[in-house]
Amino acid sequence: MRVLYCHCAYAKVVPEDVKKDVLARLSGSGIAFDAVADLCELSARKDPALARLADGGETRIAACFPRAVQWLFHAAGTPLPDDGVEVWNMREQSADDVAAGLLRGVEV
Amino acid sequence: MSVKLDGKRLRIVLYEGDGAEPLEPQRRFETLLGLLEDGHSVTRAAPGGTVASADRADHLVIGQFTDKPADIAANGAGVLRFVDISDCAADDIRGTVASEISAAGGENPGGWKPWFPVIDYERCTNCLQCLTFCLFDVYGVEGVSQDPEGKGQITVQKEANCKIDCPACSRVCPEAAIMFPKYKKGPINGDVVRAEDLESESMKVDISALLGGDIYSALRTRQKDARQRFSTERDESKALLERKRCLKKLQKQFDIPDEVLMTLPSAGKIEERARRAREKAERRKERSQTMRDRGPVTEEDWGI
Repeated sequence: MRVLYCHCAYAKVVPEDVKKDVLARLSGSGIAFDAVADLCELSARKDPALARLADGGETRIAACFPRAVQWLFHAAGTPLPDDGVEVWNMREQSADDVAAGLLRGVEV
Repeated sequence: MSVKLDGKRLRIVLYEGDGAEPLEPQRRFETLLGLLEDGHSVTRAAPGGTVASADRADHLVIGQFTDKPADIAANGAGVLRFVDISDCAADDIRGTVASEISAAGGENPGGWKPWFPVIDYERCTNCLQCLTFCLFDVYGVEGVSQDPEGKGQITVQKEANCKIDCPACSRVCPEAAIMFPKYKKGPINGDVVRAEDLESESMKVDISALLGGDIYSALRTRQKDARQRFSTERDESKALLERKRCLKKLQKQFDIPDEVLMTLPSAGKIEERARRAREKAERRKERSQTMRDRGPVTEEDWGI
């Protein structure tokens, strides 16, 4: 299982406290994870990093709306697999819910 | 402003595996947060975890090294640069990373808010209204020769041409298939599209109205009135005030930035643009038909 965290660095649409709290819990958990500054930017750049991130089996993503995340990957030519991907929405869900979802089943 | 989207980026790895001491929790958090705020993507590598593969990417590996981390070197990475951050505060690490990236010929991120349309192809009906409507050549079509109808598939081709904070094209999409993930409200921000969204006036801007109807007429009339008032009264402040009032009203109604409204061409020019787009699509269709009639390309065609 892999974890991907998006910091949405270039806009203020994701609440700062939620972003920081989720990042702090990931950082403090001891797990390995990938963090990107901004998925939108990587998608616009068609960054090869997205292909590496999309190609990892079971993946839990902390970002924004699942529909946006799905098509951002698609727009970069690296669609997410149909199965095994969970997207947690930091725009609407609490840091508690997102962190619990990301770290579900992980020994912290 | 010209935006370059193809600069070389290095993958940054905060390495805490074998051969390195883990960072103190608060320092780790501050380091990750600082690098992300600077626009970098960072992988935290730790024992027992799984992260995206190295895949020949160039890496900048930071950590409190006691030995060279052999497992990264054996993981298929491209050029590796190691930076020991044992004695660095989180803020210093940000500066060090930026310097190392520059020294490696890489590009430091930043300078552009990634604002561009993202198409939901499960909703898109390929009506090409967005292509016709967009004034900035953000959209294009691809796969014309593979399309039996010769129409091709709408795509976003020039993301950096998009006007920051302008969601106008999403409002002409009859299926709410165009998202701007950094927009404040749904469904344009990627939230689920509900039946009431498609009915909502804020989601439905009739393109025919934009091509000569209410909004454009209102803008032109107001601009004309403002110009007349300016020429008769010679009162620059009044004219500017009128212009601002007009733009504010339009901006509030459709959330369209001043910059975009200011660059609206005449209704005639927009219609001319739509006509050219239609002709271009027709020419593509004809070319595609010609290719199908000719049959497969032979060795002779290639001069072999």
